[in-house]
Amino acid sequence: MKAIKRRENIAGYLFMLPSLLFFFGFVIFPMGMCLFNSFFNYTMTDFSFAGLANYQELIADPIFHKALVNTVIIVVVSVPVTCIFSLWVASIIYKMHDRYTSLFRCIFYLPVVTGSVAVTVVWKWMFNPYTGVLNYVFKSLGIITKNINWLGDPNYALGCIILILLTTSVGQPIVLYVSALSNVDHSLVEAAEVDGATNLQCFWKIKWPQIMPTTLYILVITTINSFQCFALIQLLTSGGPNNATQTIMYYIYYEAFKLNRYGYGSAMGIVLAAIIAIFSAMQFRLAKSDNG
Amino acid sequence: MSQNATAMPRKMKAAPVSSNQDHSVHQVTPYQVICVIILVVLALLFTFPLYWIITGSFKGPQAVNAKVPVWFPLEPTLVNYQKLFEKPALLWMYNTVFMCVAAMALTCIAAAMGGYALAKKRFTGRAFIFTLFVCAMALPKQVILIPLLKEMAFLGIHNTLWAVILPTVGWPFGVFLMKQFSENIPGELLEAARIDGAGEARTFTQIVLPLIKPGIGALAIFTFITAWNDYFLQLIMLNDTNVLTISLGIAKLQAELSTDYGLIMAGASLGSIPIILIFLMFQKFFTRGITMGAVKG
Repeated sequence: MKAIKRRENIAGYLFMLPSLLFFFGFVIFPMGMCLFNSFFNYTMTDFSFAGLANYQELIADPIFHKALVNTVIIVVVSVPVTCIFSLWVASIIYKMHDRYTSLFRCIFYLPVVTGSVAVTVVWKWMFNPYTGVLNYVFKSLGIITKNINWLGDPNYALGCIILILLTTSVGQPIVLYVSALSNVDHSLVEAAEVDGATNLQCFWKIKWPQIMPTTLYILVITTINSFQCFALIQLLTSGGPNNATQTIMYYIYYEAFKLNRYGYGSAMGIVLAAIIAIFSAMQFRLAKSDNG
Repeated sequence: MSQNATAMPRKMKAAPVSSNQDHSVHQVTPYQVICVIILVVLALLFTFPLYWIITGSFKGPQAVNAKVPVWFPLEPTLVNYQKLFEKPALLWMYNTVFMCVAAMALTCIAAAMGGYALAKKRFTGRAFIFTLFVCAMALPKQVILIPLLKEMAFLGIHNTLWAVILPTVGWPFGVFLMKQFSENIPGELLEAARIDGAGEARTFTQIVLPLIKPGIGALAIFTFITAWNDYFLQLIMLNDTNVLTISLGIAKLQAELSTDYGLIMAGASLGSIPIILIFLMFQKFFTRGITMGAVKG
């Protein structure tokens, strides 16, 4: 018995070896270092113990506050919209003929595959106040009367970012929801229909509880993605105008890689990780209680 | 957990049949018609950026800067592509492909082995390692970039493509996905192999690998696309012009010549069309990878 256990242990760890090596080397170790560095004054020239000074500076930093507020706005708007929109799309297309289901799934996934940089540069052009297609279309439709500098106006910039973020984040949830809805036990739905249940009742009483695990997963990944929204900001606005689109992720990049303040950047990273963990935990809680 | 995973593929296959019946039995309501119309409009809007990238890349400077948008380039020109290939665009392309292929191959090997062990080997510490993998996946990976950069500098591979490849391989999603696929392997098969005297290595290469091939396919395409588009990691790790990827190349073009939209769109076309084609070719695998990765026990 002991010999078998030992054999399993040796074989198990030998098989795990490559992935553990990469995982500990390039994920766990840097995570630990990040926490460690956050307690240091760490710049190009300096490396000295700072205690909680980085965290204290964070609490007092008005740009960090602005970044935090913007990030939370992005998350609070984009997560529910993404979830509801993708559930709506999925609930229409999953019933269609296979060919159309995959056609629509592909189309909504396109912005993800196109890549954040290609998507961002074309949006930058479309948002351009003089040659952009958006101003032209809106003016032709009579929605606006004069050209708007979408990305240069603090009133619009964050909204524009959220809009692009939405187009790049619904792809995966739609794929997941289509698969989840197709897996809903069909006999239950039919039984309910025979008993005279309306479409809405069918949805809430039968389908919704069954796709709950998928919803939860989608909530978590969308939250993580929205918190990490970076390429859009870096390529479109660099956090401007006047920090109107400053987010935590971009601010970390700015402090750590533009100003070389590694310790301060690490502290922000730790705070961001903690916030994401809290959000995820809250969603788990909510989903659990909702599920009865 | 294992029950859940084995039931999955069967249900997925069964789904289209039942949805077809569904379609023919139900009456089409006005609400459904409106929904489909809205959906088609949205689908057109979603494809528009890509359309604008491709058509934009064939527009001359006048068409690009026209006050009234040129909806279709009636006088297509290749001048943007000529300008693009005067830059080291082919080198950027080569770098990107090399990076993606290397990341893909290494991820598949490491994840296939690790996933199999997590699913089928009862070794001490297995539950702990699995929990660690799942927790790490929920963390923002960009947060670790600062120490990662220092680590790469220490290893002497900063500013080489390996600085992007290695962290991509380390990301635990692959192992997690392969664990899901390995759960499906019947235990009796492995038992039989052992009784027949096959060693661990032989069991893995001759029995396990053929069975999890679809999973490896899904992971391969998933890793390829993720690596291609992981802009932040590339941005931090790669600075020299000769190690830039196509994403970084486009960003560089945009930073240097922000109003030459024709050239930038040519770059964006070069950066996105190959990956879109790959996605369309392997769409089935890809969709499966995404859905399997989401099934939590």
